[in-house]
Amino acid sequence: MTRINISKTPKCYVGGAFIRSESGRVTALHDASGAFFANIPQCTRKDLRNAVEAAAKAGPGWAKRSAFNRGQILYRLAEMMEARSSELAEAVALGGASKADASREVAASIERVVHYAGWTDKYEQILGSVNPVASAHFNFTVTEPMGIIGVIAPDDSPLLALVSLILPAITSGNCVVALASGTQPYPSILLGEMLATSDLPGGVVNLLTGLRSEMVPTFATHEHLRALNGVVNAADRKTLKLGAAESVKRVHLLKAEEPIDWFADKKQGVEEIRALIEFKTTWHPVGA
Amino acid sequence: MPAAKAPTSLRRLFDEIGTVDQVGIEERVATFTTRSLKKKSKVFGLRLAVSMVDLTTLEGKDTPGKVASLCQKALCPHDVGDIPPTAAVCVYPAMVKHARKHVGGTSVKIASVATAFPSGQAPLKTRLAEVRAAVKDGADEIDMVINRGAFLSGEFGRMQDEIAAVVEACGQATLKVILEVSELETYDNIRAASFLAMRVIRPGDFIKTSTGKTSSNATLGNNQVMLEAIRDHFLATGIPISMKPAGGIRTAKQALHFLIAVKETLGDEWLNNRRYRFGASALLNDLVRQLEKERTGAYQAPWNFSEATEGY
Amino acid sequence: MPKTLSKSNPARELVFGDLWEFDPAPETADPKLKPRYDLFINGSFVPPRAGKYFATINPAHETKIADIALADASDVNSACIAAQKAFVSVWGKMPGKERGKYLYRIARLLQDHAREFAIAETLDGGKPIKESRDFDVPMAAAHFFYHAGWADKLEHLAPGRQIAPHGVVGQVIPWNFPLLMLAWKIAPALAAGNCVVLKPAESTSITALKFGEICQEAGLPNGVVNIVSGAAETGAAVIQHPLTMKVAFTGSTEVGKSLMRSLAGTDKKMTMELGGKAANIVFDDAPLDQAVEGIVNGIFFNQGHVCCAGSRLLVQESIADEVLAKLKRRIAVLRVGDPMDKNTDLGAINSREQLAKITDLVQIGVAEGAEKYDNGCKLPAKGFFFRPTIFTNVSMSHRIAREEIFGPVLSILTFRTPEEAIEKANNTPYGLSAGVWTDKGSRILKMSTLIKAGVVWANTYNKFDPTSPFGGYKESGFGREGGKQGLLDYLMVD
Repeated sequence: MTRINISKTPKCYVGGAFIRSESGRVTALHDASGAFFANIPQCTRKDLRNAVEAAAKAGPGWAKRSAFNRGQILYRLAEMMEARSSELAEAVALGGASKADASREVAASIERVVHYAGWTDKYEQILGSVNPVASAHFNFTVTEPMGIIGVIAPDDSPLLALVSLILPAITSGNCVVALASGTQPYPSILLGEMLATSDLPGGVVNLLTGLRSEMVPTFATHEHLRALNGVVNAADRKTLKLGAAESVKRVHLLKAEEPIDWFADKKQGVEEIRALIEFKTTWHPVGA
Repeated sequence: MPAAKAPTSLRRLFDEIGTVDQVGIEERVATFTTRSLKKKSKVFGLRLAVSMVDLTTLEGKDTPGKVASLCQKALCPHDVGDIPPTAAVCVYPAMVKHARKHVGGTSVKIASVATAFPSGQAPLKTRLAEVRAAVKDGADEIDMVINRGAFLSGEFGRMQDEIAAVVEACGQATLKVILEVSELETYDNIRAASFLAMRVIRPGDFIKTSTGKTSSNATLGNNQVMLEAIRDHFLATGIPISMKPAGGIRTAKQALHFLIAVKETLGDEWLNNRRYRFGASALLNDLVRQLEKERTGAYQAPWNFSEATEGY
Repeated sequence: MPKTLSKSNPARELVFGDLWEFDPAPETADPKLKPRYDLFINGSFVPPRAGKYFATINPAHETKIADIALADASDVNSACIAAQKAFVSVWGKMPGKERGKYLYRIARLLQDHAREFAIAETLDGGKPIKESRDFDVPMAAAHFFYHAGWADKLEHLAPGRQIAPHGVVGQVIPWNFPLLMLAWKIAPALAAGNCVVLKPAESTSITALKFGEICQEAGLPNGVVNIVSGAAETGAAVIQHPLTMKVAFTGSTEVGKSLMRSLAGTDKKMTMELGGKAANIVFDDAPLDQAVEGIVNGIFFNQGHVCCAGSRLLVQESIADEVLAKLKRRIAVLRVGDPMDKNTDLGAINSREQLAKITDLVQIGVAEGAEKYDNGCKLPAKGFFFRPTIFTNVSMSHRIAREEIFGPVLSILTFRTPEEAIEKANNTPYGLSAGVWTDKGSRILKMSTLIKAGVVWANTYNKFDPTSPFGGYKESGFGREGGKQGLLDYLMVD
């Protein structure tokens, strides 16, 4: 008798746990050939709210981790991804990418994680400053994480784009609530499993799958999300910006209607980190 | 008068009296220099300053003749205009009896530096003997120096006991306690020393910034530290202590800045020469000169006012 | 001992009386004002197309100073076209070192004309002449001087990346620091290679339009700077004009949000410097007299018309009485009156509307049960004035503890532990600034880290410098002004 496969139930990674949507809804995912692959959770605004709560719990601890420690944890994530890179490549290929292209995307994603692992204890030295004020004060500017960042990934490059949007946020101590590619969500499910084994504290990165149309309005108006980092169409950009205005949210949105080369060098680095931090300037008198 | 129980460490003293931020207090005093005094308010300030001067000569080459002319000037700073006499003349103990001949019985007091001025580095017995001699010769006021060595080495009790001994030696004479702020260096130390001194002197006695014999003297900054100490001491105990900045105040404009500090820190009750003095020699000339300018409307040449000959 | 200042013995109070009254010391130089100000567009002063003007008044005397042109959408359009043309034909192509020379010239000319600018600022806005003379104008010149030097060094702002100016920048500024806010906006924009269309606040247009004269005197190419005066609609037209690729706004959070909404369908870059309700936190080991100075400077500087004003005093419970006593004694010698008098500490409230708003909120404070104290000083019979006012018995739920009053009104709350202080400090949608007073260094660094605010003044307050980035967290806005961080907001990074 042939052995029957144990098929995996894809679950979202929220608050360090693997969850189904509170709605109990799923979306059937098919591979490139049209065959049924798995049921993917169809998260709702309540799942988004729960994810924000999880991020809020994890945030202060993550921001307080030493830069060195954050770097080690990100590097550990790269190790976890490397170990399962062929599985990741298969997940990316589900959407129709060639095996070579999928492997290339996975490799670039892992490189990107390593790249940011190296930034955790360096960006401050690039972005911060000691400012030579004219009065008898010592004045310095440091960076601080903004808080909880809403990430909305594009449909394409389901792994590389997702990590490219998440990494600059968590490098500096932010937490992330991310909505994965709508058409190719499965790599995000695997990424969640790797995050879970990477020493990254639960809740720092929360990955949701689901319908953009349901989630975007909540990303727009949830006041606890302090910034949005994503790739969306024109209508969603307007919705997100309108909502962002209500709580003066920081918005960094790329256009889904324009091609984006996620492999490019400028899609990573300190300028991406800069977009998701606050500058704090402290003054103190110099006297005896 | 026995010394109050002295704190055992500066740390404990600061817990009690609080500290001073250097940059902050210097910003505060800078605002005094932007006050603009016009017309009557300027004349009032200048005349008040004249009445607060302890006209001082403290030189090795002082003679009875020099003291005589100093006394004349104190009694009548200028021959025209309605200019008040100064508060006092301030001389070495050996000159007290000469000063007495000229200002005795007038409103001008005789102040004398004593206690091995300016260093204070003589045995206590010698210092007290000097105080008693000056008082016996007719000094109304004694300007003493504190034992900075005792303060800086943490012997607060000793420092206070010595002040208390001088208080006793003064008898009826008013005491001015010179902290010699340049040797205390920090505002925190100046505040601490002010409190230690104020706790063993009498109402109406003074604390004073400097001897005028070291590199830096009265500044608006250290004046302010001491005014605020006096204020806090008064509000806590009801004992009014008087204040005397000395050395380095040479111009009328400077004197007015110091007086604005008094007006805005201690208020009207300190704007008189029982509560505030200037220890100065050249200042009086400029005060009179500016008063004459206000009276006549014309800027005055310096040679009408100064005994110095170096001007041109 | 001073820790328990005598409240019980009133005989021991100090007397701040009239023994030595100051005579009036009015600043009398000629501010060289025109009876009518036109729009500064494309290097010339031009009348508004619709021919409409509005009066600007002196808030200290309620008298008209001049007529100010009211720009409508067509005027704003002309200004944006002029700016775009200047950007394409001259300014955008000019080497940075040459741009820098113009900025240096402007800095120097502002210094040359400092006195007339200071007087004009005080006449139009009501702030004390000593502040416009010693702070606003010199600081404005310093901002141009600082940014002039950046113009040929921009590549150091984002090493390894391509940077480029946005093109035309639309800027809308408030009435509290008219010339200084103009400098904060225009200096970095120009240094980065942008051209500018700026809308000054309705009640304080004069120094901005006088700045147009400085641009002419500096020989700045036509259209690089355009000043369009007017009301809210004018500002909205600037912000929404299709040619303004980046917009920078300083003003209330309410207006900032509405501008953000109005731009939701566009790709414009924004920086927002909005309101605040800063906590000024005083610990029991603080140098108290300097802390009191910082409290006074924090809330009474510029009549409290300061977005980063220290409007919530959080004082450690054990020293609350002592600090309050010191504060009362200190405000007894604050001089409220003619802003043109060199001895005035608090000048006029900027406008009748603002005075009404302050008065309303103070009445609400009283109605909600807070205890009000003011220094009881005499106020001028005419003009908009308000006494320095302190509220005690305030809790976090009071409106005076939550809303930005933008006037000389301080709410005092107490705390017991550092954690409670942080909790109260951060219990607000704002996050612009904060103060911390303590002698303990490690505590300063901890508090500074935990306070959610863009500027933390430790053992000082309300300090500004061109090299020092300024701007908020949360609903106090985003983006910075000043320093290398602020300048980069005026560049596109690719």
